[in-house]
Amino acid sequence: MSDTITRTLDLKGLSCPMPIAKTAQALRDLQVGDLIESLATDPGSVPDFKAWCTSTGHELVEQTEDAGVYRFLIRKTR
Amino acid sequence: MTAMEATLEVPVTTSVEPTHVPHKKLVIMAWSGDLDKIWPTFILGTTGAAMGMETTIFFTFWGLFPLVRNDVHITGENWMQKMMSMMNRGGTEHLGLSKMNFAGAGPAMMKKLAEEHGVASPNELLEVARDLGVHLVPCQMTMDLLGLTKEDLIDGLEEPAGATTALLEAQDAVTMFI
Repeated sequence: MSDTITRTLDLKGLSCPMPIAKTAQALRDLQVGDLIESLATDPGSVPDFKAWCTSTGHELVEQTEDAGVYRFLIRKTR
Repeated sequence: MTAMEATLEVPVTTSVEPTHVPHKKLVIMAWSGDLDKIWPTFILGTTGAAMGMETTIFFTFWGLFPLVRNDVHITGENWMQKMMSMMNRGGTEHLGLSKMNFAGAGPAMMKKLAEEHGVASPNELLEVARDLGVHLVPCQMTMDLLGLTKEDLIDGLEEPAGATTALLEAQDAVTMFI
């Protein structure tokens, strides 16, 4: 399992459900164990990424916020 | 014994952690052709698929009109069907709001606001929904009733089906009627 980020998605300015939808789309091309980084500005994406990981089983490795940008680090688990 | 007493005797479950069993299927019955109803329909459908749910949207009655191609003006085979399509033009770009429509000024403002706030348009959502494998099923009966042909509808749809197909899908799914 690598700690290198395989893909970074710039989802800033996008509103629900696009940050999640685009992350789901991008994740299809990744391998199990890969890390994806999603950057969003929609405050609703904070509970939504958590809910999405709960539902899909992907691991929310890290979640941070810097100057209104939410960063979600997710590991593909299946 | 009364029903109330029987209910009280049901043993209390002692599990500490609530077990989360997410539904794996989502079915939406899209009955309305209003912009403010089809929009959340596409948002929820797209999200369901993104969450890994097997997602199906059945488009029936007015709800079928958003699937009419935007470049198709008049649909229908007889004068009544044609007249109805003139009063209710199909296509995602021609939908009205259920309230504050103001002869199209409302939808124009809504679309402008959506653009400013980064809310994806119904068209964009439809594209993502199709890419994520949402099954879009037109109602055969509505097609017959309103004289819509497969050629009038956008590409990428499932074969038209009926209420039985819709309810079979819905049996083990989270189901919404929008």
